[in-house]
Amino acid sequence: MSNRGFSYGGSCDLTIENVRTVLSFKGVSHCYEQSGEETLSDIWLNISSGERVALVGPNGAGKSTLFKLILGLEKLERGEIRVFGHPVARCLHRVAVVPQSSTVDWHFPISVREVVMMGRYVHLGWFRSPGAVDREAVESAMESMGICDLADRRVGELSGGERQRVMLARTLAHDADLMLLDEPLNHVDLHTQEMIFHTLEALSAKDKTVIVSTHDLGVLVVHFTRALFLDRKIIADGPPKEVLTPQTIARAYGFEFHKDYQPWEKSSNS
Amino acid sequence: MGEILEFLVEPLRYSFMLRGLLGGLLTSLSCAVLSAFVVWRGMSFMGEAISHSVLPGIVLSYVLGINLFWGALAASLLVVVGISLISSYGLVGEQTAIGVVFVGFFAFGILLLSKVASASDLSHILFGNVLGVSKEDLIIMGLVASVVIAGISLSYKEVLTASFDPAHAAAIGLSPHLVRNIILVLLALTTVSAIQTVGVVLVLALLITPGAAASQISRRPGRIILFSVVIASFAIVVGFYVSYYANLASGPSIVIVLTIIFVLSAIGSRIRRGRIA
Repeated sequence: MSNRGFSYGGSCDLTIENVRTVLSFKGVSHCYEQSGEETLSDIWLNISSGERVALVGPNGAGKSTLFKLILGLEKLERGEIRVFGHPVARCLHRVAVVPQSSTVDWHFPISVREVVMMGRYVHLGWFRSPGAVDREAVESAMESMGICDLADRRVGELSGGERQRVMLARTLAHDADLMLLDEPLNHVDLHTQEMIFHTLEALSAKDKTVIVSTHDLGVLVVHFTRALFLDRKIIADGPPKEVLTPQTIARAYGFEFHKDYQPWEKSSNS
Repeated sequence: MGEILEFLVEPLRYSFMLRGLLGGLLTSLSCAVLSAFVVWRGMSFMGEAISHSVLPGIVLSYVLGINLFWGALAASLLVVVGISLISSYGLVGEQTAIGVVFVGFFAFGILLLSKVASASDLSHILFGNVLGVSKEDLIIMGLVASVVIAGISLSYKEVLTASFDPAHAAAIGLSPHLVRNIILVLLALTTVSAIQTVGVVLVLALLITPGAAASQISRRPGRIILFSVVIASFAIVVGFYVSYYANLASGPSIVIVLTIIFVLSAIGSRIRRGRIA
């Protein structure tokens, strides 16, 4: 944690090594301090630019921990994580996260536009006010999420789907190259869900990398290029069609799906 | 017209009254600027803890014959650090840590007070005395108000970010703990400088009620802070004249005015919302 302070508002002057590899995990393990229980065990992982990765697993599988480790919010005890070839503290402004909505104080009297503007602060840092570039980025982010008409509303008044669009707009305003979305599909209507996926696909077309944690197996095949099944360790990793088998699901979730209900089977066997 | 002017000017002919009013206005400025954040971040209990636990510091400065500000400041910083340490070691939750530490300090202060001070000193410390504001107090209040206003304006976007979404703040390299500590230090300074005007027991009203009332009137952070300042200054002025003409204690008069403003703004907001819906 001690090496994190300086990166707020700092810009990355590092050369981007090995630019195809956006994110790499080398033998990463993690235990919770209080319980000593192992939440992640020996993770090896390489993610390249432009990939849309679904991080799938039950509650407590370590999905949120994995995100926190990438952002440097949890102490890394064993292994090595590199973002664009560097420790994350040195290129935070290239990584954006949509946190679970439960970590946000929705009663706070703050407007949609102000929240989206928070995505720009990483580039500003202390004592600098947003300028024309930042305001433009905010307007265009709100436009792509279809929330311009909500700009002056208080976030607390919005529905779950609208809130999630605000959070995603904030991430767009951040203009990061690696985006982490923690359970963005919870409490979200179908329209917003489609909007989120549409945006993610547009981003990955521009070589941005997206990692989405989700319980929703139904969306994997259509919307992601890669599925990563996690339950403390990586259970399966590959294109969704290949990875999404009853065996994988049983290993990740610890139960067998009913045999008559396998909508993925046709696509995976064809 | 002349009568109204005479009514307003008469108390100010005495220089100690003028100092009292100025001191009250300066205090209300720093309190009101912080008030919105205290309310939004749910730091009311922390505010109460700081205001009550300065008591031993005040009594000790009284014994030593130095300005009450310094003793109170030392005590309040000690309490803030103590609470952070206890809760960060995970011994007990923060609310419990606040409760334990502040009651302990307050009790210690009362013990000291019972040994060294007279009953009238006691009531001034507990309930404030606008009329006891010295020139030195005014300078200190002015300095505190400047520090608070400068501190909040310079870290406004950081305070907003860390209050609304600490996870996002941490993810962009902005430590929520740092922001929290900035607010706590400003809160300690403000509380300590406000004690002269409204006293240990009632300072909480200046820290919470303006922000609470302003949140009923507006829904934007910037405006809420502005309204808080207006409400607090108005209450200081009205409370000041009421206490002069009705011969009442100044601290409680100010607080009662604030409380009435809050009740009216809450009723107003209910009526307005009812119409919209």
